[in-house]
Amino acid sequence: MLGTRKGLAVFEKGPQGNYLQTQMHFLGIPVSIAAVDERNGTWWALLDHGHWGCKVHKSTDEGKTWKELESPKYPEGEEIKDGVPASVKYLWAFAHGGKDRPEELFLGSEPGGLFHSKDQGTSFQLNRGLWEHPSRKEQWFGGGRDFPGIHSIIVDPRDSDHIFVGISCAGVFESRDGGTNWIPKNKGLKADFLPDANSEIGQDPHLLVASKNHPDYLWQQNHCGIFKSENGGELWEEVGQKAGEGPANFGFAIAVDENKPEVAWVVPANSDQIRVAVDGALCVCRTDDGGKTWKDFRKGLPQENCFDIVFRHALDKSGETLAFGTTTGNLYLSDDYGESWKSLSNNMPMIYSVEFY
Amino acid sequence: MAVIQFTTNLKRFYPDLNAIEIDAKTVAELIQKVDLKFPGLKDYVVDEQGKLRKHVNIFIGNNMIKDRETLLDTITEKDEIYIMQALSGG
Repeated sequence: MLGTRKGLAVFEKGPQGNYLQTQMHFLGIPVSIAAVDERNGTWWALLDHGHWGCKVHKSTDEGKTWKELESPKYPEGEEIKDGVPASVKYLWAFAHGGKDRPEELFLGSEPGGLFHSKDQGTSFQLNRGLWEHPSRKEQWFGGGRDFPGIHSIIVDPRDSDHIFVGISCAGVFESRDGGTNWIPKNKGLKADFLPDANSEIGQDPHLLVASKNHPDYLWQQNHCGIFKSENGGELWEEVGQKAGEGPANFGFAIAVDENKPEVAWVVPANSDQIRVAVDGALCVCRTDDGGKTWKDFRKGLPQENCFDIVFRHALDKSGETLAFGTTTGNLYLSDDYGESWKSLSNNMPMIYSVEFY
Repeated sequence: MAVIQFTTNLKRFYPDLNAIEIDAKTVAELIQKVDLKFPGLKDYVVDEQGKLRKHVNIFIGNNMIKDRETLLDTITEKDEIYIMQALSGG
């Protein structure tokens, strides 16, 4: 399932093993996130109408029908900063609230609010604990977007009260009490764009992920490199390649193996200023040893005159299969842990999110 | 009562949307009343703080409203109101 600049697309594997696009919804409307709730199979589409605001739709019949829900709202009087009223600018993350809480959902938004639903999206409430964190008004800021945004939400499968969020730019925050209290978890990260690169607040994780079966093993593709934490974010270690070693450093997307948490994939891009494929060639890098070494895989991917990069939610993994979509509308799939790739489409709109279901 | 006309682009989301008459003294009141007839439509036109969305325009006759923040431009029962999609992207 893809969220694209021009709608939600579904590809399905046919009887011959080839993937075909079988559905298109919301044609012409940007879909920032297309997601499936693994607990009940409900499809979710987070829309970003250029004119009419951000909307939330869900389908309980695999796209046959969709229902628009009331979008999350910042309460009257809330401010991004003093004198700047808060309103939803973008819906940037979706997560279910835990298998033991079947009615609960979370949405992440720009300008920095985490929204929580306890009724399958019929209503959303702003999470007060994070919104009122003392660092927010003074130390959070926009990175790539005008205002700070929550793009990553991880609910610990062992304990639904244990939640991580990733915010650009603020960093990683953790709650152990269901979202009442939040503490930053950014030790070991670096922010080259700040006067104090080691600042606890103001880091820019582009995407935060956890190994599903080893949830204390976290990875993040950060604006300033690739980082991992083996202790639930207590300490981060930079594990990307340095200049001259290889391309695994800057990028947006990252995926981690659910059973082998030391195995992770990234899709590198060229520096934060240029933002195209490294040396005009697209590759996927994988580490099998927790980031000590990286190998770049290029088979089946364009190796010259290529400008594609991969947005943060546009890489996903299911078993041995990985897929990613690019900014220039190319969709690639690998059936061998990312070692070789085949193109599924070269004519898609800009791709924002990719998810297996 | 003032007559309200809507951009046809909104008919994609509200297929039954047609020009309607509404009794209101300000644009803000008018939007509230439109939302009673077409639940949720208000969210397409204004954000949660009541501010007109960036790429939406409202005209009273041929004049664009002045107060995009609180929509307190006044209207009379003879006015024709247009809720339009602003041009963006050329």
